Amino acid sequence: MQQQIVKIKNKKETRVIPGFGLSMGITVTLLSLIVLIPLASIVLTASKLSLKEFVAIVTNRQVVHSYMVSFSCALTAALINSVFGVILAWVLVRYDFPGKRIIDGMIELPFALPTAVAGIALTSLYADQGWVGSIFAKVGIKIAYTKIGIIIAMIFIGIPFIVRAIQPVLEKLDKEYEEAAAILGASRSRIFFKVILPEIFPALLTGFGLALARGIGEYGSVVFIAGNIPYQTEIAPLLIMTKLEQYKYADATAIALVLLIISFLILLFINIVQIRTSKYTNK
Amino acid sequence: MKNINTDKSSPLETGSLEELSKVIEKKQNEGSKKVKIILICISLLFLFFMLVLPLLVVIINALKDGFNAYKDAIFDKYTIKALQLTGLATVSAVVINTLFGIIAAWTISKYQFKGKQLLTTLIDIPFAISPVIAGLIFILTFGNIGWAKGIVDMLDIKIVFAVPGVILATIFVTFPFVSREILPVLNAQGKDEEEAAALMGASSFKIFRKVTFPHIKWALLYGVILCSARAMGEFGAVSVLSGHLRGKTNTLPLHVEILYNEFNTTAAFSVASILVILAILILIARNIVEYKKKA
Repeated sequence: MQQQIVKIKNKKETRVIPGFGLSMGITVTLLSLIVLIPLASIVLTASKLSLKEFVAIVTNRQVVHSYMVSFSCALTAALINSVFGVILAWVLVRYDFPGKRIIDGMIELPFALPTAVAGIALTSLYADQGWVGSIFAKVGIKIAYTKIGIIIAMIFIGIPFIVRAIQPVLEKLDKEYEEAAAILGASRSRIFFKVILPEIFPALLTGFGLALARGIGEYGSVVFIAGNIPYQTEIAPLLIMTKLEQYKYADATAIALVLLIISFLILLFINIVQIRTSKYTNK
Repeated sequence: MKNINTDKSSPLETGSLEELSKVIEKKQNEGSKKVKIILICISLLFLFFMLVLPLLVVIINALKDGFNAYKDAIFDKYTIKALQLTGLATVSAVVINTLFGIIAAWTISKYQFKGKQLLTTLIDIPFAISPVIAGLIFILTFGNIGWAKGIVDMLDIKIVFAVPGVILATIFVTFPFVSREILPVLNAQGKDEEEAAALMGASSFKIFRKVTFPHIKWALLYGVILCSARAMGEFGAVSVLSGHLRGKTNTLPLHVEILYNEFNTTAAFSVASILVILAILILIARNIVEYKKKA
């Protein structure tokens, strides 16, 4: 509100705090050097391909399958994470129980643990001779080296995104709406689905988008457990890596560009959701 | 007035205030205990399988061949070299990205200019990119087919498949971490205090030191911790740019991969346990800072 008043008063916004030029300059320079210019290299290299060549590379059967594997597994993992994320956030915010602080602290483990370590740990766990894998192997279900393994790895790395996105919103949630609903006679599940869930939905969507983007691009934790069988368990990032190792730079670039565009679209989507919600909540 | 509720025993119908509060309490308690226990159990089970078990796997597999084998794997000269490279990359990334994060967050929050949202989104780009792609773009820039290859040759340094490439990749992937943490704090704080200080004649450095910095202390520390964690653990981007040369261009995670792929599983998990211990330390540090932030 104050800023609006100030804006109306001075149409020519004079900057009171000194140093704009320098700080803006440093910011843009570093940003360009480290992020923008290298990123432009992809577009530059990809533009050296003719459109036909580009389309041929990205519509190659193996490539398309890798997109599908990455995307479908990431989607499944993000959905599962949404469900458990809401439960976890709810439990951490609304309930008190011994060891809660430890659990709250542990949520960030997938962020703090190197992806390679997570990868070999999960593979060892879910392989047919592994602790969990052996249980399922008896029933004939293979986890490691299948899509299920990929999904589990993607769930692992996505846990913190959703929990940490929903927690602050749940904490700030005004209890008066729930109480009003209770007084009006709503059952607890009705209160949850009609009053609470809509409030946390934007945050949930943000976390979901982040987990999805992370899952699609994830390499380290997935590549060990995936088995990397072309057409079946080969994720797109691995395909890029393989092409690189074969010095097929053009192929790698084309595949990477498509993946980039998908990531940007997800990022854009998240930003739009955030902008719209901040309009409603005045944050 | 429309009767919204369909529940026949609704307190509104029974009428007295006392009964109202009693029924609310009863409604909130009945079944609530059961739900609470079920939800807590689900959460604990989920976390046990997804988080605790992997940690246990690392520790138990690391010690499988006995403590001496564990010590050998950890103090092996390649492991030490890998540790050094990881350390170097992490420190470089933290220093540069903290400097950048502070300046960028300051610029975005204290000044009015067009394209703020665009700038913020651009800074966040490394956050959303697959690590393999992050490595790829540096190969396309500085590698043999890169357009900047000429510059690199002129300066007589090797970037791709060498240490500088590893460091560059680490800086890239952790680029937004510090700025992402400080920016919300600075935005929430507003610019009034800084403007007041400027009007009273303080130079921008003084303004930053005395007015801004105290506000962002804990968020800054938090960002640094996150940045370090990611830098230490980065695998995909570094894997693309490293030459995988043992003792020269391997970070700790890459070393783990090599050991694992040659079926030296115990050694792989032993080295991995170093990273696990670091991860736990980071989590503890993060939690301490988190509580300090809230205080």
